[in-house]
Amino acid sequence: MLLRQSPDIRPSEITPQSDYLNRRQILAGMASALLAAGLPAEAALAGPLAVARSSQLAGDEKPTSLKDITHYNNFYEYGLDKDQPAQSAPGLLKLRPWTVKVSGECARPGIIDIDELIKASALEERVCRHRCVEAWSMVIPWLGVPLAQVLARFEPSSKAKFVAFETLLDPRQMPEQRSSLIYPWPYSEGLRIDEAMHPLAFLALGLYGEPLPAQNGAPIRLVVPWKYGFKGIKSIVGIRFVEKQPPTLWNALAPNEYGFYSNVNPTVDHPRWSQAKERRIGEFLRRPTLMFNGYGDQVAGLYSGMDLARDF
Amino acid sequence: MARPASSRRLRVGAHLLCALPLAWLAARGLADDLGANPIEAVIRFLGDWALRGLVVALAVTPLRRLTGWSRLAQYRRMLGLWAFTYAALHMASYVGLDQFFDWNNIGIEILKHKFITAGMTAFVLLLPLAATSTAGMMRRLGGQRWRRLHQLVYAVAPLAAVHYIWMVKADIRQPLVYAFILLVLLAFRAFWAMRRSAIA
Repeated sequence: MLLRQSPDIRPSEITPQSDYLNRRQILAGMASALLAAGLPAEAALAGPLAVARSSQLAGDEKPTSLKDITHYNNFYEYGLDKDQPAQSAPGLLKLRPWTVKVSGECARPGIIDIDELIKASALEERVCRHRCVEAWSMVIPWLGVPLAQVLARFEPSSKAKFVAFETLLDPRQMPEQRSSLIYPWPYSEGLRIDEAMHPLAFLALGLYGEPLPAQNGAPIRLVVPWKYGFKGIKSIVGIRFVEKQPPTLWNALAPNEYGFYSNVNPTVDHPRWSQAKERRIGEFLRRPTLMFNGYGDQVAGLYSGMDLARDF
Repeated sequence: MARPASSRRLRVGAHLLCALPLAWLAARGLADDLGANPIEAVIRFLGDWALRGLVVALAVTPLRRLTGWSRLAQYRRMLGLWAFTYAALHMASYVGLDQFFDWNNIGIEILKHKFITAGMTAFVLLLPLAATSTAGMMRRLGGQRWRRLHQLVYAVAPLAAVHYIWMVKADIRQPLVYAFILLVLLAFRAFWAMRRSAIA
């Protein structure tokens, strides 16, 4: 593992609460620590990103350390073990040029160029909870733009009832797409249009003030903090407005385990484990899982009248 | 019973070999090198080695019969007990680290989640085998009854493999490798048992 060569970085040094206010200085220090640890240039593509505003959406919960966020990843295109993406993704995933094709039921289909998006947007930092369906969680300081703001430019029509997302399909850059044939690659995800347009739905371009590391879904990924982490599709190359609920990878593989909605819900167990509690990375005791991951005040209205045990 | 020095050295070596994974885990733990989720890492590691231990212990008899290397039999009990040790540590880390002795929740998990049910059953079935592993117990039970009791391991090993298969999200290639090896090891026994009964 790359960062292991740098024994001076300890999680507690990276994110003490009091220091978090002095983010700029710490980030500068971390950037050099990353470089010193020998990460390929892609990991720190263009240096720090400009942050226009900051939203604290995880109360006073302490952000998880950069090392844990970047070395404990489910990114099956790079292997099933959580330390594999950090080892192989930075060397394999080619981050530029990168475009996202936006198509389907909209008035102005088109292309998003990542660098233009970064340049044209006032980037927002969002510190929010991330709850994996495997019952672990983190607090992550993402950097990016609200999804609605990006989608609106393409003027979705009244037939756009859902939004479908697709990851890059390229076995040379994502080796497991060649060797793990049980998965219907490319990775795909979807949201209902009202979920996609909700202000909490977010496109992340950065993490801890820097461009996203490859293993976290660079250069652009979805963040839907009230849903289980696998809904946050990584390395997006396609966005499609569609009329019918689109197929999604995990739902297609195991529909009894991974619903289309996959809202964080402590009262609906995964068939193989309880969702009532979660292990926050860096903590010993499990903490209770919150309905909608603690974002119920904002998003519960999207699901009024729905039976969330059935539409899980 | 006195054993020749060379055989004693071999036994010590075998014990050390069996303890090696545990030492490696302890070293990584002390170096704070178990990753972002050390509790999960510990549980998975110990579970892996419990299953490997069962496979190795169950391989002794077929290997001995196929190779005619009768001294292997001396290591069967030792290997079985090491498999039990890893299984017991796997269980202890689930109860103490993962669940932090939340017996209520452990009870719910055993009843509701079939991979936990399978794993817990496998462990409970291992307990009498470990308890009767001494020469004294073997004598007290008598060879025939002892042997029949210890055939429980033919249920334990498949249960452990199923526990692993059911735990995995989608890609069950790795657990299937263990399941396949176990199947082969058990098939040898089934074949020999059938032949015995055909002759008798």
